[in-house]
Amino acid sequence: MLSYLAKRLTLSLIVVALVLLLLFGMLYMIPGNPAILALGTRATPEAIAEYSARMRLDEPVVMQFLIFVGNAFHGDLGTDVFSGRPVTEVIGERVGFSMALIFSGMGWAILLGIPLGCLAAVRPNSWIDRVTGVFSVGTIAIPSFLVSIWAILIFAIQLGWLPAIGAGEPGDIGDQLSHLILPAFAIGLGWVGYLARMVRASMLEVLSEPYIRSARAFGLPPRKVTGYALQVAILPTITVIGMGFGGLISAAVFAEIIFARPGVGKMIFDAVSDRNFPILQGGVLLATGFYILVVLLSDLLIAWFDPRVRQSL
Amino acid sequence: MFCSPTFSLHGLIHVSDSRSDPPLPPAPALDARRESARRERGDKLMRFLANWQGMAGLALVILFVASAIFAPWIAPYDPNAMDIPARMSPPGWAHLAGTDQLGRDTFSRILHGGRIALMIAALGVTASLVIGLALGMIAGYGPRWLDNLLLMLFDAVRSFPTIILALATVALTGPSLGVVLAIVIITTIPSYARVARTATLALRNTEFILAERALGASTLRIMWHHVMPNVMGPLLILAAMEVPVVVTIEAGLSFLGLGVRPPQASWGTILNEGYLVIRDAPWMVVAGGIPLILTTLGFTFLGEALRDIFDPRMGRGR
Repeated sequence: MLSYLAKRLTLSLIVVALVLLLLFGMLYMIPGNPAILALGTRATPEAIAEYSARMRLDEPVVMQFLIFVGNAFHGDLGTDVFSGRPVTEVIGERVGFSMALIFSGMGWAILLGIPLGCLAAVRPNSWIDRVTGVFSVGTIAIPSFLVSIWAILIFAIQLGWLPAIGAGEPGDIGDQLSHLILPAFAIGLGWVGYLARMVRASMLEVLSEPYIRSARAFGLPPRKVTGYALQVAILPTITVIGMGFGGLISAAVFAEIIFARPGVGKMIFDAVSDRNFPILQGGVLLATGFYILVVLLSDLLIAWFDPRVRQSL
Repeated sequence: MFCSPTFSLHGLIHVSDSRSDPPLPPAPALDARRESARRERGDKLMRFLANWQGMAGLALVILFVASAIFAPWIAPYDPNAMDIPARMSPPGWAHLAGTDQLGRDTFSRILHGGRIALMIAALGVTASLVIGLALGMIAGYGPRWLDNLLLMLFDAVRSFPTIILALATVALTGPSLGVVLAIVIITTIPSYARVARTATLALRNTEFILAERALGASTLRIMWHHVMPNVMGPLLILAAMEVPVVVTIEAGLSFLGLGVRPPQASWGTILNEGYLVIRDAPWMVVAGGIPLILTTLGFTFLGEALRDIFDPRMGRGR
């Protein structure tokens, strides 16, 4: 397990280094003075001189990259072009909204999708299996940003049940929760169907294994047998959840823009139109770093459960 | 995994062809094998025709392609013709899907938007399939270090959530259809490359490849004549499944104003314009979303039916 851990960590670190290189290269791919790009066209000559000195723009590019990486590891991602506040501070205010959205979206999808898939697999061809099948195909086919738009149309405008935009009054938990429901519904809906399908398929495979037949023959109660089967059948699902997190992050960015939710995704989107590069770099670094971390965790979790994976890398 | 009878026949012919004195298999045996291969193909066609999901998918795909190609002839109005007095009129006989804030016919715009979707899908899927196939075969057949390097590159590309990569790129280049195409190609190459790599790895030490190598066939020849035909099948099925992904990326980016620019009609820009007037003209976001769903359903059904018929094992664990 330890050597697997080391190899997997090295791989993740290399990918992180590549991402940093791309982000660093971003400012150099555009013609013009990086200091002006980073500070905006309204920057004073003193600010440009100060920035050039701090980022050591007169040093060779390789040194500059190492400084950029060093700063990033120390949590220094530069300053917001408009407010002049540190990027980490701006991100810190917004990251909570994004995390709440991502985890509640994934959470309700897991809580509903996995039991649905289990039920469908335990009773194949029953009405619940058929309903789950139709539901899965239907929900997977609707892109999440379309679900967001239609959810606003139906639940906020036509029915008036839930608020459409914003994240709710600060400090008012009930109001914030009511603002969370629609976006979380929108990004999780496709996942309910997807997870149900995945769990159903791998459950059916596991349920036909000889050891499950033996367990049944020994007279174990069906509930217990299903529990054992699920422990094995859940493995591919964990990988899928880990890999699918990228899609979930994309969906969350769309949801934040459509629902005008002040999260990191909305921040990156606004930074693009404002050409606010430090904020853009910080946001992209956070989003990709988070995704790499989730994929790493899901891989480690799989290796923990399944010794065959450990030996394959 | 890919040892279909057609494939072993294929290998046999080439191995015997390249010898100096070819001990050809007796003609009747070869004929019998050809006959059985033909029968198998017929059998697969019958199974496809009997698969309602596959047929429904095929019908939807034909609807998508035909409506996009023939849009200028089917569309009742010019997609950009403004009719201010008729602005934001609800769906009716004159305007099947209503009109937008400039009085443009939404139905005509949807038909023309399909052309953009089809173009991005055709170009994007073809380019990423070809590049992914080449990179995957190189990774699978080449030296170990190259394999590791390419795998790492694929991982690096995949560690950018698509929309984040798109936002970062647009920040550098500004929005355009070319950016959308580039994003689509870059983000989908790794999935083709991984499938091609796995299939190539499975093939590289099979007897017919070893025999070809022993007979002095060049790497290029082995790749082109023997590896590629066997890798192509799963890749084409994957391509069918990737079309909706590509179409959705285009619509999503255009919805955010990062792709196709107004006034050009695309499903994304229709949704964007509809979203701005969602309270007063809700039909735009409803009508603009339906073709996206139908296209996704069509290609998913078709891809799954093809996969179940040609390679049932591929579906496991997905």
